Amino acid sequence: MPVPTEDVFRIEDLRIRAGKKELLKGISLSLRRNEILSAIGPSGSGKTTFLRCLNRLTDLEEGLTIEGRVLFKGKNIFDPETDAIELRRKVGMVFAVPMPLPMSIRDNLMLPLRLQSNSLEEDADGRIETCLRAAFLWDEVKDRLSLAATSLSGGQQQRLCLARSLMVRPDVLLLDEPCSGLDPISTAKIEEALQGLKKVMSVVLVTNNVKQASRTSDRTAFLLMGELVELGETGQIFTNPRDSRTGDYVSGRFG
Amino acid sequence: MNRRWIDLISRAFTALTGLACATLVLAVAMILGHVAYHGWAGLSWKFLTTAPRNGMTEGGIFPAIFGTVFLVVLMTVAVVPLGVSTAIYLREYAHADSRWVQAVRMAIQNLAGVPAIVFGLFGLGFFIEFVGKGIDAAFFGGKLYFGQPAILWAALTLALLTLPTVVVSTEEALRVVPRGHREVAYSLGATRWQMVRRVVLPQAVDGILTGTILAVSRGVGEVAPILFTGAAFYLPFLPTRLNQQFMVMNYHVYVLATQSPDIDATLPLLYSTVLVLLLLTLTLNSAAIVIRSRLRRRMKGSK
Ligand SMILES: Nc1ncnc2c1ncn2[C@@H]1O[C@H](COP(=O)(O)OP(=O)(O)OP(=O)(O)O)[C@@H](O)[C@H]1O
Ligand SMILES: [Mg+2]
Repeated sequence: MPVPTEDVFRIEDLRIRAGKKELLKGISLSLRRNEILSAIGPSGSGKTTFLRCLNRLTDLEEGLTIEGRVLFKGKNIFDPETDAIELRRKVGMVFAVPMPLPMSIRDNLMLPLRLQSNSLEEDADGRIETCLRAAFLWDEVKDRLSLAATSLSGGQQQRLCLARSLMVRPDVLLLDEPCSGLDPISTAKIEEALQGLKKVMSVVLVTNNVKQASRTSDRTAFLLMGELVELGETGQIFTNPRDSRTGDYVSGRFG
Repeated sequence: MNRRWIDLISRAFTALTGLACATLVLAVAMILGHVAYHGWAGLSWKFLTTAPRNGMTEGGIFPAIFGTVFLVVLMTVAVVPLGVSTAIYLREYAHADSRWVQAVRMAIQNLAGVPAIVFGLFGLGFFIEFVGKGIDAAFFGGKLYFGQPAILWAALTLALLTLPTVVVSTEEALRVVPRGHREVAYSLGATRWQMVRRVVLPQAVDGILTGTILAVSRGVGEVAPILFTGAAFYLPFLPTRLNQQFMVMNYHVYVLATQSPDIDATLPLLYSTVLVLLLLTLTLNSAAIVIRSRLRRRMKGSK
């Protein structure tokens, strides 16, 4: 039965400049419902910049000029009337370096709920369990939720961050090289978690590990020097790329 | 240079730095020891809980202890909110390199360099003559209520004196909160205030309390700013209202040391008073340190 694939994000000719330097040179693509879209490309190709645009974390940086449109559920997020706070509650993010806050595991998870004081979750403990299970961390921490989050291992910390970003039920999850410093087992757990999550949300996965992209994602975008070189089904990108630069990159000939 | 010389120099340096530390420890130990030795005998419950008698050649120092604590509490209540919000504004809200911020920074730096006696005169001119008299004229038909030296004005003057300490240490504490933590807060949908309140401030509590401790230590020590603004030579009653004068430990020490009609009779009292002053400072500091470590533990989350 064909399900209508409505686009969650629709990005039209997105250009970002910092002074004279062009960080993104006109990117157009869509993020579909319930897909994992991975973005690959060599260092400095603009993957992080692109990702941070989608929840307007770029607001925090001075001196960026942004042109083009980024439609989230049909509305341009850069319109003056768009509330960046609301947007960020719908578009969660996990950073490259695990960023647990220096408080207990439970407080880390409660924080997103506390930020939305109007909608205090009636069953916070249930929600915590759900999110920790979704991030494959529940069994490891269920008995010590009041322990300092910083006392977890790096891989556990990153899964905690994943769980934390799920607490407010985002529609989109942005991950910036979430496994770059992790051991293979934690990496596998996060990848498995993403497969579960895509049933209820869309995921953009920036990764510097092409194997991860090929394992995990439905579609893959290849960025090079701020340019979207190619976007396609992951199978096609890896076996039958249209652009020779894509082929060179995924087969490890440069980058 | 040959090997032996280098060895010799390095050893000499070690010795010198060690000597410097030893001098410091020795100096502190000597002061404390001297005061404790001479003041210990005069310490008694009665000394702590009664007022001076007989031209201050007998009796205790209760009014001065009371006044000091009252004064420092008032000062803290004034300086911490003001200093912390100034620092939050400078670090978290204002544009880092705007003219206005630079002006505020400059003002704070200059404030830190002003001699204490000038604060005293400023307190007299501004708080008492201008604000106090103004309040009297506006609300009390010109009758004297606030236009006179009082514990409120002394506390505010001290607050002004210690403001730079609190601002600078709070700013420093805010500065070291990692940028990533702020981004996490924003990415979870925090407003700027929520970010500050939930993520930055809890991590800065340590630094804020350190600043408060420093401010309190300084506040307990300074005589000059309160000399014209509210400290009394001798009072037969305890201050119970904000517009009353008060006795205070450090000024009492000065009075005992220089204004006594009978030096020999006062000397033991003087030693004991100084000892109590030191102990009081120590107590206030340790209280703050205990609170700080409590908060630290609570914030980090533990078993
Ligand atoms: N605020 C900024 N001002 C100026 N230049 C910037 C800014 N942010 C990023 N850049 C530059 O933009 C380019 C792209 O950076 P970005 O972090 O997006 O790359 P990336 O693809 O994520 O790289 P990596 O794989 O190393 O994380 C880099 O050359 C970087 O120096
Ligand atoms: Mg990056």
